[in-house]
Amino acid sequence: MTQLINWFSQVLAVSLFNFRSLPMRAGSSAAAAVGIAGVVAVLVGFLSIAEGFRKAVISSGADDIALVLRSGADSEMSSGLDRDDVRVIADAPGVARQLDGPLASAELFVIIDLPKRSTHTSANVPLRGVEKAAISVRGNLKVIQGRAFEPGKNEVMVGAGAARAFSGLDLGRKIRVGQNDWDVVGIFTAGGGLAESEIWTDAAVLQPAYNRGSSFQSVYAKLSSAGAFTAFKDSLTADPRLKVKVLRQSEYLAEQSTSVTGFIRSIGVFIAALMALGALFGALNTMYSAVSARTREIATLRALGFGAGPVVVSVMFESLGLALMGGAFGAVGAYFAFNGFQASTMNWQTFSQVAFAFTVTPSLLINAIVWAAIIGLLGGLFPAMRAARLPIAAALRET
Amino acid sequence: MSQSNEILVRVRDADKVFRRGSEEIHVLSGLNLEVPKGEFLALMGPSGSGKSTLLNLIGGLDRATRGTVEIGGERIDSMSDRQLAGWRARHIGLVFQFYNLLPVLTAERNVELPLLLTHLSKGERRQHVEAALKVVNLSHRARHYPRTLSGGEQQRTGIARAIVTDPTLLLCDEPTGDLDRKSGDEILSLLQALNREQGKTIIMVTHDPHASARATRTVHLDKGQLVTEPAP
Ligand SMILES: Nc1ncnc2c1ncn2[C@@H]1O[C@H](COP(=O)(O)OP(=O)(O)OP(=O)(O)O)[C@@H](O)[C@H]1O
Ligand SMILES: [Mg+2]
Repeated sequence: MTQLINWFSQVLAVSLFNFRSLPMRAGSSAAAAVGIAGVVAVLVGFLSIAEGFRKAVISSGADDIALVLRSGADSEMSSGLDRDDVRVIADAPGVARQLDGPLASAELFVIIDLPKRSTHTSANVPLRGVEKAAISVRGNLKVIQGRAFEPGKNEVMVGAGAARAFSGLDLGRKIRVGQNDWDVVGIFTAGGGLAESEIWTDAAVLQPAYNRGSSFQSVYAKLSSAGAFTAFKDSLTADPRLKVKVLRQSEYLAEQSTSVTGFIRSIGVFIAALMALGALFGALNTMYSAVSARTREIATLRALGFGAGPVVVSVMFESLGLALMGGAFGAVGAYFAFNGFQASTMNWQTFSQVAFAFTVTPSLLINAIVWAAIIGLLGGLFPAMRAARLPIAAALRET
Repeated sequence: MSQSNEILVRVRDADKVFRRGSEEIHVLSGLNLEVPKGEFLALMGPSGSGKSTLLNLIGGLDRATRGTVEIGGERIDSMSDRQLAGWRARHIGLVFQFYNLLPVLTAERNVELPLLLTHLSKGERRQHVEAALKVVNLSHRARHYPRTLSGGEQQRTGIARAIVTDPTLLLCDEPTGDLDRKSGDEILSLLQALNREQGKTIIMVTHDPHASARATRTVHLDKGQLVTEPAP
């Protein structure tokens, strides 16, 4: 026990000398810390994009909303259901009901091109045809300007994210889709979810405009409760008239977002890893010169009887301290620079723009700080080992 | 003079070979040395003759290529590096030619360093530091940083650091080598007093006959071996 205390007091003492002599090496130490700050900032930036995107995609997903697609389809784009399928689905057990019928909306989904406000180049926006139950099915949809579209008319209402990102999506303007002009009559929010990146209209108007006859691509059904999902799913998959797959909306959206978030994350990790390599060399360089500048002092301490362990640990401490300082700096900087920053990006599954806000979460910051710590420890390890292995007598000869 | 017949330092048949690339440098060959407890020994010899090397072997800072080193009955050549570090902390006080003080610490903190390796409390450490600084007559400079001290004062700080743990053996490598005559004389008087009044065993490497004159015995190192009379 006393041996342990003794050991710690040595570590503390040696670390203290190291930190006291830090000002003499301020330049290279600061450079190393800045390099690590850069790594952390880049990493936090990219991960916050992925996180924001994931949140945008998933946040509108609910456990008590079921999505029915043709079996084998992996998204609404590749799905197709006909009138009879839709009727069977809407009548299935577990679907919530109102006086005017089941809370189920058969929908179709097309992609249109509109110019972006920022670059004036055109990009994809989903145009969704819905039935009148759609708003009640979603539950969180709110018209914040104008009104909802009227059934049977060439009218659209626009998600707030889409309205922000694309020009022409202003109340009272017309947009041209295919051969027809459509009036923008309303702007809606959907709790920050994916629907906010979409344009909605009446399915019955969209079907002829796109020669879809009486076919749909999906059915959204509000369930009587989240627990009713299994019964709903089982009855549909067991029904010989249907070939469908049934998903909770939350599951579907999570699945839809993984490849995009994975892609963004891997770009971020790749760039951060390259930068980390640079930062690692910076840290190594700094710590090697720190050790060589203190060769005589380290040798003196060792000659007096200080152990090799405390010398190693103190060099590692210094390196870790520098890295954590740089990392904290980068994390705080990234937080203020990125958190809440509005952006939009392509969702590769639906080929449409998704509006989202960069989201810096605590776990993501911790992730980045762990990177900084690893760079610091690796950057200190080899110089520390060199310091510990200094042959004392030979090092003392160096004056 | 409080010299007994007890032998404190016993070096037997020591060889020391340095390798520089393919070249072998035989610095010590078959060297024998006995230092009785309480002796103040001066070690002289031409530059490069291996005086520092021998001192390092005795202080456990380096290992002989062959032969044994016994201090106070302990075979230090068979100790591990780790054991040696602890042994040095307990038994050896080192005084360097260029003082080797840590520039970021005040004189008193420098003197305190070896005490960090003991189990002494903070208060006890302070008492020991004060006592050591008093012996070297430097109490008034306790809070000064090394760069604000003269060479002689820095070396007195170095001596205070060497004696603060009350070591068995003081090893001084050219302690006056970097000092003017007056400061050098003060250091020598200090060492002499430590030897005479406190019975400290001291081995001092020096080039200076003035310095060796203060010692109780002088040995010369030549061609890897010790000769008691100066080589002609
Ligand atoms: N670590 C080492 N590696 C290689 N050669 C060494 C090493 N240490 C000492 N030597 C060589 O050993 C010889 C003796 O060195 P040492 O320092 O013991 O001499 P010295 O008598 O103390 O000389 P000086 O009076 O100049 O201090 C020299 O030739 C020196 O170059
Ligand atoms: Mg020498």
